[in-house]
Amino acid sequence: MPAQVITITSGKGGVGKTTAVANLAVGLALEGAKVVCIDGDIGLRNLDVILGLENRIVYDIVDVIEGRCRLKQAMIRDKKLPELYLIPAAQTRDKNAVSPSDMNRLIKDLRNDYDFVLIDSPAGIERGFKNAIAAADRVLVVTNPEISAVRDADRVIGILEAEDKGPGALIINRLNPTLVKNHNMLSADDVLDLLAVELIGIVPEDENVIISSNRGAPVAFDSKSRAGQAFRNIAKRLRGEKVPFLDLDHTGGLWQQLQRLTGRK
Amino acid sequence: MSLFDRFFGKKNSADNAKERLQLVLIHDRTDLTPAELDSLKDDLIAAISRHVEIDAQSMRIGVEHDGRSQRLVADIPLKAARRRAKRSK
Repeated sequence: MPAQVITITSGKGGVGKTTAVANLAVGLALEGAKVVCIDGDIGLRNLDVILGLENRIVYDIVDVIEGRCRLKQAMIRDKKLPELYLIPAAQTRDKNAVSPSDMNRLIKDLRNDYDFVLIDSPAGIERGFKNAIAAADRVLVVTNPEISAVRDADRVIGILEAEDKGPGALIINRLNPTLVKNHNMLSADDVLDLLAVELIGIVPEDENVIISSNRGAPVAFDSKSRAGQAFRNIAKRLRGEKVPFLDLDHTGGLWQQLQRLTGRK
Repeated sequence: MSLFDRFFGKKNSADNAKERLQLVLIHDRTDLTPAELDSLKDDLIAAISRHVEIDAQSMRIGVEHDGRSQRLVADIPLKAARRRAKRSK
């Protein structure tokens, strides 16, 4: 079966796109899928450091497109997962070094040999974003439960519809259950009500995300982290499994916390 | 939210965010500013008034959303129709 090509985008920067790509790639590879992730953020690459592969880069995506190396030479194999590869972005070029048709050609060469191609889109809605969605079969929109991130997600969803890329599926990242409980953060229901798109995952705010990125090993490797669990669940949903959403309302009263400590909940 | 805020009816910030977003998204999606909506309302009043007498003061017009699609909703009370109904009794 040819690969599913999935682009992860957001409109607004800093909502966790790169973190989502790295963790979904790890989650899919942990499930046994063959995965290639592509950093589409030319000039501001970061997927390499989140995956802990920054020291292994020799060639990048622009080298492939401009014919300085073969595709395989630019693919960096993950340290732990032999079926996970990264194609890094060029750091010293800008987004105009790549066109949507370059992306289509590159991805056509990957489709037959892998199960998933994940593309990390840059922030914004210009050339880099257009490149990132050109070959996508499916687009995931990452947002935070914050007014500016939701507004920008809505713009992106509108553009995806206009470009016939479907409305996309939503990842609500960095949801803080305590703030939601106190009515000081938009809930997942509020965000879905506003954006009216399909939800594919809710990722709770979790300090382990920062700790893992410091170490260059995505949080999806961490079996105890709730964010890691949420990302692994999204990966399963991408493979077509039905996985219930995490119950994030675990910040309840003392009684609930005691129940959790004693393993009864 | 403190008890003080609750007592004085101050809304919690999540509701605030949602209400503000609802308005902003309507504008972003339709490219229709409140001023343009007002001028559309005036045009509608003028056009409809050529045919029936309407209560322009209590006329309401707005954009509502249904999923990801927008619809323009106008509520236009007819004045003359009511009077005519009374007279015929």
